[in-house]
Amino acid sequence: MANTTNLFLCGVGGQGILLASEVISSACMKTGLDIKQSEVHGMAQRGGSVVAHLRFGAKVYSPLIEPGGADIVVSFELLEALRYLPYMNRNTRVIVNTQKILPAPVATGVETYPSDVIDQLSQRGITVFPLDAFAAAKAVGETRAVNMVLVGALSALLSFDEKIFLEVISERIPEKVREKNIAAFLKGKEALQDILMSSKQTRI
Amino acid sequence: MKNKHNIGDNVLLSGNEAIARGAFEAGVKVASAYPGTPSTEILENLCTYEGIYAEWAPNEKVALEVALGASFAGARALATMKHVGLNVAADPLFTAAYTGVKGGLVIVTADDPEMHSSQNEQDNRNYAYAAKVPMLEPSDASEAKEFLKIAFRISEEFDTPVLLRTTTRVAHVKGMVRIGITENSSATLGIEKMPEKFVMLPAHARKRRVELEKRMVRMQGFAETFPENRVEWGDKQKGFVTSGVSYLYVKEAFPEASVLKLGMAYPFPDRMIKDFALEVKDLFIVEELDPFIEDHVRALGITCRGKELIPTMGELNAHIVRRSITGKAAADLFAPVLIPLRPPNLCAGCPHRGIFHAISKLKVFVAGDIGCYTLAALKPLSSMDSCVCMGASIGTAFGMEKALGREAIGKIVAVIGDSTFMHSGITGLINVVYNRGFSTVIILDNRTTGMTGHQPNPSTGVTLCGQEGAAVDIEALCRAIGVQHVITIDPHQHESAEKILRQEIERPEPSVIITKAPCALLPEVRKKKNKKLYTVQEKTCTGCRSCLKIGCPAIEWVPLTPEEAEQMGYKKTQKGHSSINPVMCIGCGQCVPLCKFKAIVIAGEDNG
Repeated sequence: MANTTNLFLCGVGGQGILLASEVISSACMKTGLDIKQSEVHGMAQRGGSVVAHLRFGAKVYSPLIEPGGADIVVSFELLEALRYLPYMNRNTRVIVNTQKILPAPVATGVETYPSDVIDQLSQRGITVFPLDAFAAAKAVGETRAVNMVLVGALSALLSFDEKIFLEVISERIPEKVREKNIAAFLKGKEALQDILMSSKQTRI
Repeated sequence: MKNKHNIGDNVLLSGNEAIARGAFEAGVKVASAYPGTPSTEILENLCTYEGIYAEWAPNEKVALEVALGASFAGARALATMKHVGLNVAADPLFTAAYTGVKGGLVIVTADDPEMHSSQNEQDNRNYAYAAKVPMLEPSDASEAKEFLKIAFRISEEFDTPVLLRTTTRVAHVKGMVRIGITENSSATLGIEKMPEKFVMLPAHARKRRVELEKRMVRMQGFAETFPENRVEWGDKQKGFVTSGVSYLYVKEAFPEASVLKLGMAYPFPDRMIKDFALEVKDLFIVEELDPFIEDHVRALGITCRGKELIPTMGELNAHIVRRSITGKAAADLFAPVLIPLRPPNLCAGCPHRGIFHAISKLKVFVAGDIGCYTLAALKPLSSMDSCVCMGASIGTAFGMEKALGREAIGKIVAVIGDSTFMHSGITGLINVVYNRGFSTVIILDNRTTGMTGHQPNPSTGVTLCGQEGAAVDIEALCRAIGVQHVITIDPHQHESAEKILRQEIERPEPSVIITKAPCALLPEVRKKKNKKLYTVQEKTCTGCRSCLKIGCPAIEWVPLTPEEAEQMGYKKTQKGHSSINPVMCIGCGQCVPLCKFKAIVIAGEDNG
């Protein structure tokens, strides 16, 4: 469906992708859009590669994004952005957390971590927004808030009201770490806005 | 009311959360289940509603029997399970079709096309046919809630258990769900003796058998007018018959086409299918896995196309449906890039890693089982040699022994988790004792059901909704069965574990080794204060890679060029050194004895 936005999240089990997709979906719902959010639980979560499909618009049927169909990809880990290349097209915009989490074959020294992930995407004409979400999360004093940094960065590409995101985060995140997660969100948003300013990209 | 949704609200729920809400709205009194992806969250969510008794049973057969008993007492009752769980519960299911119900009885089967987290890809629509039980098949969360309520009404009206089938892309997809009002069972609670209905002696069962056939005829009639079997007319060049999530893929791929959506997967509305087929030029059947609808449509003498175009394996999506029907591939797709795989792995600090490292040194055949520890089959631990179904480890190990005789002593071990042992390992162990086996059984007791997301089980002594229950003592249980040699050890201490393993596998008698240490993800481990984390003393590391053998995700290999090696004070020939990621290490210490150069030390004490 042409009026549906396809948002693809990928990363590594344990990075908080499920919570991030819930926050985004809730924000879509509060904006008055139909939404379908698909994820996989169980074995895949044990340090494996994890994805979530989010589709929102006036009326959404399929819960899955088709190959080549992603409008925006948010990769929570550097290498994972490249793994899901078949979901992208030349107009896809990709937010990449430059943090590296070594997959088992690399950690055990059997294979090497590619050094040119961003280049490989750019060479294909894909717009890439690299940012160090781990450093940003560390700066606000909560390394587990990498997911909210990336939700914040994503929000800079969407035309949703910022208040809605902040409302959802306040509802979803326990009080103890709420402020730090909101700070992480704002830091992510600011980081992406800075990239947009410098490259004169516009909102979709 | 612990759950704060208001009637009329639109909320974002997963299929599983919606089924839990549907159970509440349907007035369910009793719900029982064994956790299994993708069904687990249904019962977990039921705890947020008041007035429902919800429990984890030791296995799916018990869960269905509990639900059936509640139905006999006049309550609406729910049993939920993953697809393979219904194999375990098939025994009560087939005869519950004969007894019928008093209070409504619904069984949710959550199938896993694509095997995201399963050992097989069976299509449980076949159970509806085989057990002669009606089955509803929702396509999204909103339907999942409504269909569950309808299932209870059908169950009571037709005196039958009803199956509700979801798949991963229904169970774990969130969508908009409208909160509805609650209703009540048409049955009255109480004890009522009806031996001809509830006691399935052959004489009674033969009468119920006749009732069952009459019921199926009435159900077929019902299917013809059931509003959730519906035609959406569009362009009549193409007509699709479909059900479940496949319906959404058809709507996405062919929004203009005519569609017959079967909300009831079984029995079929024959008249409706025939009428639809007459109206459309080309008839296509789109369904995941087996040609369940297609075979029936063909048996009606209708020409159609289905599995000759649509894959019989894996899950579908709109892209596959479009490509299969039109024969045209989408243009200009990026080809995948060859990069290192990221397989799932045992977590840093996982107690299973220590014991599997010890097992790997024994060079034995490891008859494995279902749980996180099945990941020990992967490199570098590579220490599992079979894994079939819940509880199979002990039976298969014993069978190998009986085939090989005394030659098998010291060559085979069975490995099973605590929750899996409770599920269906106990009977296997009884068989070992009873039939004079000499199996060595390792019970991995990590104090939780790990893979499905940390559910308590009978050996943990905590119930589904968090109350303190009575804990089953695994060691005492094994002794009571008649195992003479039972020993409990700490799996993190893999050197001493290895010694004990070597001793026990040589015993010509049954032997049980319980490895007891909590899962690394449990709050009691994660929130432990003053944890001592480890680090690699770089100047001492020789790059021998011994510490990499256990595959801990916290231990990383840092490759070095000859120049870098020289700069760090190593020989030019040293290819790299190990490093421990401080963010991931939880201080289990399993890696320490692996380094014979004593390069792994407690962080902060490495300045020697």
